[in-house]
Amino acid sequence: MKTIDLSVKIGKLKLKNPILLASGTVGYGNEMSDFIDLNILGGIITKSISLKPRKGNKPQRIVETSAGMLNAIGLANVGLEEFINEKIPFLAKYDVPIICNIAASSIEEYVECVKSLDSENTIKAFEINVSCPNVKEGGLQFGNNLTMVGKITERVRAVTDKTLIIKLSPNVSYISEFAKICKENGADAVSAINTLVGTAFNINTRKPKLSNIFGGLSGPAIKPIALAKVLEIHLSVDIPIIGVGGIMNWQDIIEFMIVGAAAIQLGTLNFIDPTASVSILKGLYNYCSERNIESISKLTGSYILE
Amino acid sequence: MLIISSPVVELSEIQKGIFLQKIKSPEIAKEILPGQFLNIKVSEGFSPLLRRPFSICDVEDDNIFLMFNIFGEGTRILACKHKGDLINILGPLGKGFNFDADFDLAVFIAGGLGAAPFPFLFRKLKNQKNIISFVGGKTKSEVIKYNIPNYSVATEDGSEGFKGNVIELFEQEIKNHLSKKIKIFACGPNGMLKALSDSVKKLNNFGYNLTCEISTESAMACGFGICQGCPIQDANNPDHYHLICKDGPVFNVNDVVL
Ligand SMILES: Cc1cc2nc3c(=O)[nH]c(=O)nc-3n(C[C@H](O)[C@H](O)[C@H](O)COP(=O)(O)OP(=O)(O)OC[C@H]3O[C@@H](n4cnc5c(N)ncnc54)[C@H](O)[C@@H]3O)c2cc1C
Ligand SMILES: Cc1cc2nc3c(=O)[nH]c(=O)nc-3n(C[C@H](O)[C@H](O)[C@H](O)COP(=O)(O)O)c2cc1C
Ligand code: FES
Repeated sequence: MKTIDLSVKIGKLKLKNPILLASGTVGYGNEMSDFIDLNILGGIITKSISLKPRKGNKPQRIVETSAGMLNAIGLANVGLEEFINEKIPFLAKYDVPIICNIAASSIEEYVECVKSLDSENTIKAFEINVSCPNVKEGGLQFGNNLTMVGKITERVRAVTDKTLIIKLSPNVSYISEFAKICKENGADAVSAINTLVGTAFNINTRKPKLSNIFGGLSGPAIKPIALAKVLEIHLSVDIPIIGVGGIMNWQDIIEFMIVGAAAIQLGTLNFIDPTASVSILKGLYNYCSERNIESISKLTGSYILE
Repeated sequence: MLIISSPVVELSEIQKGIFLQKIKSPEIAKEILPGQFLNIKVSEGFSPLLRRPFSICDVEDDNIFLMFNIFGEGTRILACKHKGDLINILGPLGKGFNFDADFDLAVFIAGGLGAAPFPFLFRKLKNQKNIISFVGGKTKSEVIKYNIPNYSVATEDGSEGFKGNVIELFEQEIKNHLSKKIKIFACGPNGMLKALSDSVKKLNNFGYNLTCEISTESAMACGFGICQGCPIQDANNPDHYHLICKDGPVFNVNDVVL
């Protein structure tokens, strides 16, 4: 076997491979650990945490669509205190970088969450969710407001030296403008993309299928959009990009890296095949090995446009 | 919890439109308990995208059984599997019926396809407890009695048995048994479970002590607790939802709001 270096870097953060599990699709790791050795992963991004526990939206929260699914979970989460006391101790047992995703309804709440978590050694980076489409306050109100995203980045940057990632919304005209403002305010990387706003109606009752009416679309249906957003950022902003959206296999990962992703996240795929990363890692290795690519990070932004 | 590809042994149509799929899966057969479920990937690729949840219908030696009707795309694909085709199964999932508990009479209540989990529960209880069952449907052809013991039938249109819904039938019949220590196991549409819940509460308010477990349903993305897609209101805490896939699908009727 050749040695292929699958490791990648996101800011100060070194990952043993580019595979991260996306926020909201791995819980806090414990259920996934029944299926795979978490240590094989590049990293785990925990479910969005808010200062106080959130109950989330009423059922129905999930609708399957063509090649995708809508979710309107509403950021249901255990809140900061239980996260620290109950969830971190479990994750601390693993030798895998934990990236803590934070959602909030005010700048102060983001800052307070990051401050309270900054001393936790298990947490290696923060991913700031400014792009959840399923909550009334925060979420997209922030995600499509350039000034707000800039401010949140600046204020959070001021309270942590850990790697800071801003998770961007695709529900904007020019995502690269948001990536730029993140960079200017000190972010180490951006994740692209969160889910796209969508809905589905029952034609018999004429009622929405989701209690929240609108939800976030994820899965293979959004991959072309996610790829385009990653490429758009890569073409104009010099910042590490974590690609996410519709990845179902190793080929999709290579494609994301070619258009500019330094690392990627698996989301909806975890629901269908929580063991997917095992075969995906083999696929990535073989692709590099067959083409004499010594380090997978060389693929990032290796597109040829003419 | 396992993810395993297991071969179809046979598919039979136990009554018009109702299929029983026998799958050889010693690993699942060994672990699974009545009331638990399996999340099935019906096709090789990602169309349809999500797995489909099915109750464990029965277990016999190395074989497991699923009972389903053709509801949409996923169940149509499942019904077209041939002998030897592999089915990708994730499970066993969830918390099943608590059938070791202390009771003299087990009461099974099944609405339509809610009959699915009872053959396996019957297998576990048959040499230990007395069982009576109530099965119902809108009309005769919807009533499923497959491996359900000692049953009475209710149909809403009166085409078979009692005319009315299965809970009305239960209310009428249970009066003859109230001196016993009763445990009810129920599975069916939400409306039926709600009516049952009201009925049990009413009886218990009169001083009886019926225990009742219900098997609930919801749309699910993962089936094992990571997506938060399957909430049901916690009856004891207004600020909390249980997850049907992980905390259920079987709940004590007092623990959830239907
Ligand atoms: C714990 C549990 C146990 C079940 N046991 C059985 C069983 O033993 N036999 C049986 O025939 N059916 C059972 N069902 C229902 C079964 O999962 C659906 O009939 C099946 O998903 C239909 O798939 P389809 O592709 O044929 O239908 P489609 O309508 O094409 O697709 C079903 C879609 O509906 C969504 N959905 C919305 N509401 C629900 C809901 N309440 N339950 C399930 N899916 C929903 C699903 O997410 C899925 O994407 C069970 C459901 C649950 C949750
Ligand atoms: C059920 C569900 C819950 C999610 N919850 C969160 C969340 O809490 N925070 C967040 O930043 N993103 C959340 N996401 C978005 C994912 O992290 C990811 O960005 C998106 O699903 C696109 O990737 P995919 O197509 O691979 O799933 C959620 C997605 C799904 C499907
Ligand atoms: S179906 Fe995913 S948490 Fe229950």
